[in-house]
Amino acid sequence: MYAIFAYFSNNMSNYTAAVGEHITISAIAVLVALVIGVPLGVAASKNRLVGGVITGAFSTLRIIPSLAVLLLCIPIFGVGVLPSVVALSFLAIPPVLINTVLAFTSLPAPAIETANAMGMKPLRVFWLVKLPLSLPFILAGVKTAVVEVISSATLAAYIGAGGLGAIIFTGIGLMRTDLLLIGGVSVAILSLLSGFLLGKLENSLTRWKRGAV
Amino acid sequence: MTAITYTDVTKRFKGANMNAVDHVSFSVEAGEMVMLVGTSGSGKTTLMKMMNRLYTADSGTVSLFGEDIAKKDPVALRLSIGYVIQQIGLFPHMTVYDNIATVPKLLKWNKEKIAARVEELLKLVNLDPKEFYRRYPAQLSGGQQQRIGLARALAADPAVMLLDEPFGAIDAINRRNLQDELLRIHQKDQKTYLFVTHDITEAVKLGSRLLIMHEGKVQQYDTPEEILKHPANEFVASLMEGVT
Repeated sequence: MYAIFAYFSNNMSNYTAAVGEHITISAIAVLVALVIGVPLGVAASKNRLVGGVITGAFSTLRIIPSLAVLLLCIPIFGVGVLPSVVALSFLAIPPVLINTVLAFTSLPAPAIETANAMGMKPLRVFWLVKLPLSLPFILAGVKTAVVEVISSATLAAYIGAGGLGAIIFTGIGLMRTDLLLIGGVSVAILSLLSGFLLGKLENSLTRWKRGAV
Repeated sequence: MTAITYTDVTKRFKGANMNAVDHVSFSVEAGEMVMLVGTSGSGKTTLMKMMNRLYTADSGTVSLFGEDIAKKDPVALRLSIGYVIQQIGLFPHMTVYDNIATVPKLLKWNKEKIAARVEELLKLVNLDPKEFYRRYPAQLSGGQQQRIGLARALAADPAVMLLDEPFGAIDAINRRNLQDELLRIHQKDQKTYLFVTHDITEAVKLGSRLLIMHEGKVQQYDTPEEILKHPANEFVASLMEGVT
Protein backbone atom coordinates (compact mmCIF):
# COMPACT_ATOMS: atom_id res chain seq x y z
CA MET A 1 0.00 0.00 0.00
CA TYR A 2 2.79 2.37 0.92
CA ALA A 3 4.46 1.65 -2.39
CA ILE A 4 1.37 2.81 -4.25
CA PHE A 5 1.30 6.13 -2.35
CA ALA A 6 4.99 6.54 -2.95
CA TYR A 7 4.47 5.95 -6.68
CA PHE A 8 1.80 8.61 -6.92
CA SER A 9 3.78 11.17 -4.93
CA ASN A 10 6.93 10.66 -7.01
CA ASN A 11 5.52 9.86 -10.45
CA MET A 12 2.25 11.72 -10.74
CA SER A 13 3.28 13.40 -13.98
CA ASN A 14 4.33 10.05 -15.49
CA TYR A 15 1.03 8.58 -14.44
CA THR A 16 -1.13 11.33 -15.91
CA ALA A 17 0.94 11.19 -19.10
CA ALA A 18 0.29 7.44 -19.34
CA VAL A 19 -3.43 7.92 -18.79
CA GLY A 20 -3.40 10.70 -21.39
CA GLU A 21 -1.65 8.50 -23.94
CA HIS A 22 -4.01 5.66 -23.23
CA ILE A 23 -7.08 7.82 -23.75
CA THR A 24 -5.64 9.50 -26.85
CA ILE A 25 -4.74 6.26 -28.59
CA SER A 26 -8.12 4.74 -27.74
CA ALA A 27 -10.07 7.81 -28.77
CA ILE A 28 -8.32 8.11 -32.12
CA ALA A 29 -8.85 4.41 -32.81
CA VAL A 30 -12.58 4.68 -32.04
CA LEU A 31 -12.91 7.82 -34.15
CA VAL A 32 -11.23 6.09 -37.08
CA ALA A 33 -13.58 3.14 -36.57
CA LEU A 34 -16.56 5.51 -36.67
CA VAL A 35 -15.37 7.27 -39.80
CA ILE A 36 -14.83 3.94 -41.57
CA GLY A 37 -17.43 1.74 -39.89
CA VAL A 38 -20.55 3.91 -40.14
CA PRO A 39 -20.38 4.78 -43.87
CA LEU A 40 -19.35 1.23 -44.67
CA GLY A 41 -22.25 -0.05 -42.59
CA VAL A 42 -24.69 2.24 -44.36
CA ALA A 43 -23.39 1.05 -47.73
CA ALA A 44 -23.53 -2.57 -46.59
CA SER A 45 -27.15 -2.20 -45.45
CA LYS A 46 -28.26 -1.29 -48.97
CA ASN A 47 -27.36 -4.58 -50.58
CA ARG A 48 -27.61 -7.95 -48.93
CA LEU A 49 -24.72 -9.48 -50.86
CA VAL A 50 -22.30 -6.59 -50.31
CA GLY A 51 -23.43 -6.41 -46.70
CA GLY A 52 -22.77 -10.10 -46.13
CA VAL A 53 -19.28 -9.87 -47.63
CA ILE A 54 -18.30 -6.77 -45.65
CA THR A 55 -19.66 -7.89 -42.28
CA GLY A 56 -18.28 -11.39 -42.84
CA ALA A 57 -14.81 -10.06 -43.62
CA PHE A 58 -14.68 -7.83 -40.55
CA SER A 59 -16.14 -10.47 -38.26
CA THR A 60 -13.39 -12.82 -39.40
CA LEU A 61 -10.72 -10.19 -38.81
CA ARG A 62 -12.10 -9.79 -35.33
CA ILE A 63 -11.14 -13.34 -34.42
CA ILE A 64 -7.44 -12.54 -34.80
CA PRO A 65 -6.05 -11.78 -31.32
CA SER A 66 -5.32 -8.10 -30.67
CA LEU A 67 -1.68 -8.80 -29.90
CA ALA A 68 -1.25 -10.57 -33.24
CA VAL A 69 -2.77 -7.62 -35.09
CA LEU A 70 -0.45 -5.28 -33.21
CA LEU A 71 2.60 -7.32 -34.10
CA LEU A 72 1.49 -7.69 -37.71
CA CYS A 73 1.34 -3.91 -37.96
CA ILE A 74 5.01 -3.49 -37.04
CA PRO A 75 6.52 -4.50 -40.40
CA ILE A 76 4.10 -2.15 -42.17
CA PHE A 77 3.92 0.85 -39.86
CA GLY A 78 6.95 0.40 -37.62
CA VAL A 79 6.61 0.86 -33.87
CA GLY A 80 4.92 3.54 -31.79
CA VAL A 81 1.55 5.18 -31.86
CA LEU A 82 0.64 4.74 -35.55
CA PRO A 83 0.65 0.92 -35.70
CA SER A 84 -1.21 0.81 -32.39
CA VAL A 85 -3.92 3.09 -33.66
CA VAL A 86 -4.23 1.07 -36.86
CA ALA A 87 -4.46 -2.21 -34.99
CA LEU A 88 -6.94 -0.87 -32.45
CA SER A 89 -9.07 0.62 -35.22
CA PHE A 90 -9.29 -2.79 -36.82
CA LEU A 91 -10.55 -4.07 -33.53
CA ALA A 92 -13.10 -1.28 -33.17
CA ILE A 93 -14.56 -1.36 -36.67
CA PRO A 94 -16.53 -4.66 -36.46
CA PRO A 95 -18.87 -3.74 -33.58
CA VAL A 96 -19.50 -0.28 -35.08
CA LEU A 97 -20.00 -1.67 -38.58
CA ILE A 98 -22.20 -4.60 -37.60
CA ASN A 99 -24.44 -2.44 -35.44
CA THR A 100 -24.74 0.16 -38.18
CA VAL A 101 -25.86 -2.51 -40.65
CA LEU A 102 -28.31 -3.85 -38.09
CA ALA A 103 -29.66 -0.35 -37.41
CA PHE A 104 -30.14 0.54 -41.05
CA THR A 105 -31.77 -2.75 -41.98
CA SER A 106 -34.29 -2.55 -39.13
CA LEU A 107 -35.54 1.00 -39.71
CA PRO A 108 -39.34 1.33 -39.39
CA ALA A 109 -40.62 1.08 -42.99
CA PRO A 110 -43.79 3.19 -42.45
CA ALA A 111 -41.77 6.15 -41.13
CA ILE A 112 -39.44 5.98 -44.14
CA GLU A 113 -42.40 5.65 -46.52
CA THR A 114 -44.19 8.68 -45.07
CA ALA A 115 -40.95 10.68 -45.06
CA ASN A 116 -40.63 10.07 -48.80
CA ALA A 117 -44.32 10.61 -49.42
CA MET A 118 -44.27 13.97 -47.64
CA GLY A 119 -41.65 15.29 -50.02
CA MET A 120 -38.36 14.75 -48.18
CA LYS A 121 -35.42 14.34 -50.52
CA PRO A 122 -33.39 11.14 -49.99
CA LEU A 123 -30.54 13.03 -48.33
CA ARG A 124 -32.97 14.67 -45.90
CA VAL A 125 -34.57 11.32 -45.13
CA PHE A 126 -31.10 10.08 -44.28
CA TRP A 127 -30.10 12.95 -41.98
CA LEU A 128 -33.46 13.69 -40.41
CA VAL A 129 -34.95 10.21 -40.08
CA LYS A 130 -32.67 7.27 -40.81
CA LEU A 131 -29.54 8.38 -38.98
CA PRO A 132 -31.24 9.62 -35.77
CA LEU A 133 -33.26 6.41 -35.59
CA SER A 134 -30.06 4.39 -36.03
CA LEU A 135 -28.09 6.23 -33.36
CA PRO A 136 -29.04 4.02 -30.39
CA PHE A 137 -27.83 0.91 -32.23
CA ILE A 138 -24.68 2.59 -33.48
CA LEU A 139 -23.94 3.90 -30.01
CA ALA A 140 -24.32 0.42 -28.54
CA GLY A 141 -21.68 -0.71 -31.05
CA VAL A 142 -19.45 2.18 -30.09
CA LYS A 143 -19.76 1.20 -26.44
CA THR A 144 -18.56 -2.32 -27.21
CA ALA A 145 -15.76 -0.92 -29.34
CA VAL A 146 -14.61 1.55 -26.67
CA VAL A 147 -14.43 -1.05 -23.92
CA GLU A 148 -12.58 -3.44 -26.22
CA VAL A 149 -10.15 -0.78 -27.40
CA ILE A 150 -9.36 0.52 -23.92
CA SER A 151 -8.45 -2.94 -22.68
CA SER A 152 -6.49 -3.83 -25.81
CA ALA A 153 -4.64 -0.51 -25.80
CA THR A 154 -2.78 -1.91 -22.82
CA LEU A 155 -0.98 -4.21 -25.23
CA ALA A 156 0.06 -1.26 -27.38
CA ALA A 157 2.81 -0.55 -24.87
CA TYR A 158 4.48 -3.67 -26.26
CA ILE A 159 5.14 -1.84 -29.50
CA GLY A 160 6.16 1.40 -27.90
CA ALA A 161 2.93 3.37 -27.91
CA GLY A 162 3.02 4.06 -24.19
CA GLY A 163 -0.17 4.27 -22.19
CA LEU A 164 -1.12 2.45 -19.02
CA GLY A 165 0.26 -0.77 -20.49
CA ALA A 166 3.74 0.68 -20.07
CA ILE A 167 3.24 0.84 -16.30
CA ILE A 168 1.97 -2.75 -16.26
CA PHE A 169 4.87 -4.07 -18.34
CA THR A 170 7.34 -2.22 -16.16
CA GLY A 171 5.65 -3.82 -13.17
CA ILE A 172 6.02 -7.25 -14.74
CA GLY A 173 9.67 -6.58 -15.59
CA LEU A 174 10.58 -5.34 -12.12
CA MET A 175 8.23 -7.78 -10.38
CA ARG A 176 6.52 -4.87 -8.64
CA THR A 177 2.95 -5.58 -7.58
CA ASP A 178 2.23 -1.93 -6.87
CA LEU A 179 2.84 -0.98 -10.52
CA LEU A 180 0.75 -3.93 -11.75
CA LEU A 181 -2.10 -2.85 -9.52
CA ILE A 182 -1.89 0.81 -10.49
CA GLY A 183 -1.85 0.00 -14.21
CA GLY A 184 -4.45 -2.73 -14.11
CA VAL A 185 -6.95 -0.94 -11.89
CA SER A 186 -6.56 2.25 -13.92
CA VAL A 187 -7.41 0.42 -17.14
CA ALA A 188 -10.42 -1.14 -15.46
CA ILE A 189 -11.64 2.21 -14.14
CA LEU A 190 -11.11 3.87 -17.50
CA SER A 191 -13.15 1.27 -19.31
CA LEU A 192 -15.95 1.25 -16.72
CA LEU A 193 -16.06 5.03 -16.74
CA SER A 194 -16.27 5.32 -20.51
CA GLY A 195 -18.96 2.63 -20.60
CA PHE A 196 -20.91 4.61 -18.02
CA LEU A 197 -20.53 7.93 -19.84
CA LEU A 198 -21.58 6.40 -23.16
CA GLY A 199 -24.57 4.85 -21.42
CA LYS A 200 -25.54 8.33 -20.21
CA LEU A 201 -25.16 9.70 -23.72
CA GLU A 202 -27.26 6.86 -25.09
CA ASN A 203 -29.99 7.60 -22.57
CA SER A 204 -30.11 11.28 -23.41
CA LEU A 205 -30.26 10.55 -27.15
CA THR A 206 -33.02 7.97 -26.86
CA ARG A 207 -35.52 9.66 -24.60
CA TRP A 208 -38.05 9.08 -27.37
CA LYS A 209 -37.85 5.32 -26.86
CA ARG A 210 -39.31 5.38 -23.39
CA GLY A 211 -43.06 5.11 -23.19
CA ALA A 212 -43.97 7.03 -20.05
CA VAL A 213 -43.79 10.81 -19.81
CA MET B 1 -63.49 22.00 -60.84
CA THR B 2 -61.90 18.62 -61.43
CA ALA B 3 -59.11 17.91 -58.95
CA ILE B 4 -57.91 14.45 -59.93
CA THR B 5 -58.15 12.61 -63.22
CA TYR B 6 -56.96 9.08 -63.91
CA THR B 7 -57.01 8.27 -67.61
CA ASP B 8 -56.63 4.65 -68.72
CA VAL B 9 -54.08 3.93 -65.98
CA THR B 10 -52.43 0.50 -65.88
CA LYS B 11 -49.79 -0.86 -63.52
CA ARG B 12 -48.24 -4.31 -63.33
CA PHE B 13 -45.59 -5.26 -60.78
CA LYS B 14 -42.47 -7.13 -61.82
CA GLY B 15 -43.05 -10.86 -61.78
CA ALA B 16 -46.83 -10.56 -61.43
CA ASN B 17 -49.03 -12.36 -63.94
CA MET B 18 -51.84 -9.83 -63.93
CA ASN B 19 -52.22 -6.07 -63.80
CA ALA B 20 -52.49 -4.65 -60.29
CA VAL B 21 -54.40 -1.76 -61.81
CA ASP B 22 -56.04 -2.47 -65.14
CA HIS B 23 -57.06 0.39 -67.47
CA VAL B 24 -58.63 2.52 -64.79
CA SER B 25 -60.23 5.88 -65.59
CA PHE B 26 -62.08 8.13 -63.17
CA SER B 27 -62.09 11.69 -62.00
CA VAL B 28 -62.67 13.42 -58.69
CA GLU B 29 -64.16 16.87 -58.24
CA ALA B 30 -62.44 19.29 -55.88
CA GLY B 31 -63.81 18.95 -52.36
CA GLU B 32 -65.01 15.37 -52.78
CA MET B 33 -64.15 12.51 -50.49
CA VAL B 34 -63.80 9.49 -52.74
CA MET B 35 -63.46 6.10 -51.12
CA LEU B 36 -61.42 3.47 -52.95
CA VAL B 37 -63.06 0.25 -51.83
CA GLY B 38 -62.14 -3.35 -52.45
CA THR B 39 -60.76 -6.56 -51.01
CA SER B 40 -57.01 -6.95 -50.44
CA GLY B 41 -55.21 -7.27 -53.72
CA SER B 42 -57.90 -5.36 -55.59
CA GLY B 43 -55.42 -2.65 -56.57
CA LYS B 44 -56.93 0.15 -54.51
CA THR B 45 -53.72 1.07 -52.67
CA THR B 46 -51.66 0.79 -55.85
CA LEU B 47 -54.11 3.12 -57.52
CA MET B 48 -53.73 5.66 -54.73
CA LYS B 49 -49.95 5.49 -54.60
CA MET B 50 -49.75 6.51 -58.24
CA MET B 51 -51.20 9.87 -57.19
CA ASN B 52 -48.06 10.97 -55.32
CA ARG B 53 -45.72 8.94 -57.51
CA LEU B 54 -44.74 6.38 -54.90
CA TYR B 55 -45.62 4.13 -57.83
CA THR B 56 -45.41 5.07 -61.48
CA ALA B 57 -48.09 4.03 -63.94
CA ASP B 58 -46.96 1.76 -66.79
CA SER B 59 -49.40 3.50 -69.09
CA GLY B 60 -52.10 6.11 -68.88
CA THR B 61 -51.93 9.48 -67.14
CA VAL B 62 -52.74 10.80 -63.72
CA SER B 63 -53.35 14.51 -63.47
CA LEU B 64 -53.83 16.95 -60.64
CA PHE B 65 -55.85 20.06 -61.44
CA GLY B 66 -55.28 19.45 -65.12
CA GLU B 67 -51.53 18.96 -64.89
CA ASP B 68 -49.95 15.60 -65.74
CA ILE B 69 -48.12 14.58 -62.55
CA ALA B 70 -45.50 12.67 -64.55
CA LYS B 71 -44.24 16.06 -65.75
CA LYS B 72 -44.00 17.50 -62.24
CA ASP B 73 -41.08 17.31 -59.86
CA PRO B 74 -41.99 14.46 -57.48
CA VAL B 75 -40.73 16.34 -54.41
CA ALA B 76 -42.80 19.44 -55.17
CA LEU B 77 -45.78 17.23 -55.98
CA ARG B 78 -45.53 15.36 -52.68
CA LEU B 79 -45.19 18.55 -50.66
CA SER B 80 -48.65 19.48 -51.93
CA ILE B 81 -50.27 16.14 -51.07
CA GLY B 82 -51.09 14.94 -47.55
CA TYR B 83 -50.40 11.28 -46.84
CA VAL B 84 -51.73 9.09 -44.03
CA ILE B 85 -51.24 5.32 -43.74
CA GLN B 86 -52.55 2.59 -41.49
CA GLN B 87 -49.19 2.05 -39.77
CA ILE B 88 -49.22 5.83 -39.17
CA GLY B 89 -45.47 6.22 -39.70
CA LEU B 90 -44.85 9.01 -37.20
CA PHE B 91 -41.16 9.71 -36.66
CA PRO B 92 -40.52 8.01 -33.30
CA HIS B 93 -37.53 10.22 -32.46
CA MET B 94 -39.42 13.47 -32.94
CA THR B 95 -41.91 15.13 -30.63
CA VAL B 96 -45.51 15.62 -31.64
CA TYR B 97 -44.62 19.22 -32.45
CA ASP B 98 -41.74 18.32 -34.75
CA ASN B 99 -43.73 15.58 -36.43
CA ILE B 100 -46.53 17.98 -37.33
CA ALA B 101 -44.02 20.66 -38.35
CA THR B 102 -42.27 18.36 -40.85
CA VAL B 103 -43.68 19.71 -44.10
CA PRO B 104 -43.88 23.37 -42.96
CA LYS B 105 -40.18 23.10 -42.10
CA LEU B 106 -39.43 21.60 -45.52
CA LEU B 107 -41.29 24.56 -47.00
CA LYS B 108 -39.18 26.88 -44.83
CA TRP B 109 -42.03 28.59 -43.01
CA ASN B 110 -40.92 30.91 -40.21
CA LYS B 111 -41.09 29.74 -36.60
CA GLU B 112 -44.09 31.81 -35.55
CA LYS B 113 -46.15 30.61 -38.48
CA ILE B 114 -45.22 26.97 -37.76
CA ALA B 115 -46.02 27.31 -34.04
CA ALA B 116 -49.40 28.86 -34.79
CA ARG B 117 -50.20 26.18 -37.34
CA VAL B 118 -49.23 23.29 -35.04
CA GLU B 119 -51.43 24.69 -32.29
CA GLU B 120 -54.33 25.12 -34.69
CA LEU B 121 -53.96 21.55 -35.98
CA LEU B 122 -53.77 19.97 -32.53
CA LYS B 123 -57.01 21.74 -31.65
CA LEU B 124 -58.51 20.59 -34.93
CA VAL B 125 -57.83 16.94 -34.06
CA ASN B 126 -59.07 17.46 -30.50
CA LEU B 127 -55.79 17.19 -28.61
CA ASP B 128 -54.75 19.78 -26.06
CA PRO B 129 -51.65 21.48 -27.50
CA LYS B 130 -50.01 22.17 -24.14
CA GLU B 131 -50.37 18.57 -23.09
CA PHE B 132 -49.16 17.02 -26.33
CA TYR B 133 -46.49 19.30 -27.88
CA ARG B 134 -43.54 17.70 -26.15
CA ARG B 135 -44.66 14.09 -26.20
CA TYR B 136 -43.04 11.41 -28.30
CA PRO B 137 -45.13 8.99 -30.36
CA ALA B 138 -44.31 6.16 -27.94
CA GLN B 139 -46.17 8.13 -25.28
CA LEU B 140 -49.43 8.18 -27.26
CA SER B 141 -52.24 5.70 -27.75
CA GLY B 142 -52.93 4.36 -31.25
CA GLY B 143 -55.89 6.70 -31.71
CA GLN B 144 -53.87 9.71 -30.56
CA GLN B 145 -51.02 8.74 -32.88
CA GLN B 146 -53.34 8.66 -35.86
CA ARG B 147 -54.75 12.07 -34.90
CA ILE B 148 -51.19 13.36 -35.05
CA GLY B 149 -50.70 11.52 -38.36
CA LEU B 150 -53.74 13.33 -39.73
CA ALA B 151 -52.58 16.69 -38.34
CA ARG B 152 -49.13 16.16 -39.85
CA ALA B 153 -50.62 15.42 -43.27
CA LEU B 154 -52.83 18.51 -43.10
CA ALA B 155 -50.02 20.77 -41.88
CA ALA B 156 -49.11 22.67 -45.04
CA ASP B 157 -52.69 22.86 -46.26
CA PRO B 158 -52.31 20.36 -49.12
CA ALA B 159 -54.75 20.44 -52.00
CA VAL B 160 -55.24 16.68 -51.89
CA MET B 161 -55.20 14.18 -49.04
CA LEU B 162 -54.39 10.49 -49.53
CA LEU B 163 -55.44 8.14 -46.75
CA ASP B 164 -54.64 4.44 -46.85
CA GLU B 165 -56.80 2.56 -44.33
CA PRO B 166 -55.98 5.22 -41.75
CA PHE B 167 -58.30 3.82 -39.07
CA GLY B 168 -57.76 0.13 -39.88
CA ALA B 169 -55.69 -0.63 -36.80
CA ILE B 170 -57.75 1.38 -34.33
CA ASP B 171 -60.38 -0.04 -31.97
CA ALA B 172 -64.04 0.30 -32.94
CA ILE B 173 -64.96 3.14 -30.57
CA ASN B 174 -61.98 5.29 -31.43
CA ARG B 175 -62.46 4.49 -35.10
CA ARG B 176 -66.01 5.84 -34.99
CA ASN B 177 -64.82 9.01 -33.24
CA LEU B 178 -62.05 9.53 -35.76
CA GLN B 179 -64.44 8.98 -38.65
CA ASP B 180 -66.80 11.61 -37.21
CA GLU B 181 -63.93 14.01 -36.77
CA LEU B 182 -62.68 13.42 -40.28
CA LEU B 183 -66.17 14.22 -41.59
CA ARG B 184 -66.16 17.41 -39.54
CA ILE B 185 -62.66 18.35 -40.76
CA HIS B 186 -63.64 17.65 -44.34
CA GLN B 187 -66.76 19.80 -44.07
CA LYS B 188 -64.55 22.60 -42.83
CA ASP B 189 -61.57 22.34 -45.18
CA GLN B 190 -63.36 21.13 -48.31
CA LYS B 191 -60.18 19.45 -49.49
CA THR B 192 -60.14 16.60 -51.98
CA TYR B 193 -59.71 13.25 -50.26
CA LEU B 194 -58.83 9.85 -51.69
CA PHE B 195 -59.48 7.33 -48.95
CA VAL B 196 -58.60 3.65 -49.32
CA THR B 197 -60.58 1.20 -47.20
CA HIS B 198 -61.80 -2.38 -47.20
CA ASP B 199 -64.48 -1.51 -44.66
CA ILE B 200 -67.63 -0.96 -46.68
CA THR B 201 -69.51 0.57 -43.73
CA GLU B 202 -66.76 3.15 -43.32
CA ALA B 203 -66.89 3.83 -47.06
CA VAL B 204 -70.63 4.44 -47.07
CA LYS B 205 -70.40 6.61 -43.98
CA LEU B 206 -67.61 8.88 -45.20
CA GLY B 207 -67.65 8.87 -48.98
CA SER B 208 -69.24 11.34 -51.32
CA ARG B 209 -68.59 8.72 -53.95
CA LEU B 210 -67.25 5.16 -53.84
CA LEU B 211 -64.91 3.67 -56.39
CA ILE B 212 -65.30 -0.08 -56.11
CA MET B 213 -62.27 -2.05 -57.27
CA HIS B 214 -61.88 -5.75 -57.96
CA GLU B 215 -58.91 -7.48 -59.60
CA GLY B 216 -57.49 -4.16 -60.71
CA LYS B 217 -60.65 -3.01 -62.47
CA VAL B 218 -63.28 -0.47 -61.52
CA GLN B 219 -66.57 -2.24 -60.82
CA GLN B 220 -68.66 0.81 -60.08
CA TYR B 221 -68.14 4.48 -59.33
CA ASP B 222 -71.07 6.33 -57.84
CA THR B 223 -72.61 7.79 -54.70
CA PRO B 224 -73.19 5.37 -51.80
CA GLU B 225 -76.99 5.69 -52.16
CA GLU B 226 -76.90 4.87 -55.85
CA ILE B 227 -74.59 1.90 -55.36
CA LEU B 228 -76.76 0.55 -52.54
CA LYS B 229 -79.86 0.86 -54.71
CA HIS B 230 -78.38 -0.29 -58.00
CA PRO B 231 -75.24 -2.37 -57.62
CA ALA B 232 -73.62 -2.76 -61.03
CA ASN B 233 -72.86 -6.47 -60.70
CA GLU B 234 -72.75 -9.52 -58.44
CA PHE B 235 -69.47 -8.51 -56.87
CA VAL B 236 -70.69 -5.05 -55.88
CA ALA B 237 -73.96 -6.50 -54.60
CA SER B 238 -72.19 -9.01 -52.37
CA LEU B 239 -69.80 -6.33 -51.14
CA MET B 240 -72.68 -4.03 -50.22
CA GLU B 241 -74.30 -6.79 -48.17
CA GLY B 242 -71.65 -6.00 -45.57
CA VAL B 243 -73.03 -2.51 -44.89
CA THR B 244 -74.29 -2.24 -41.34
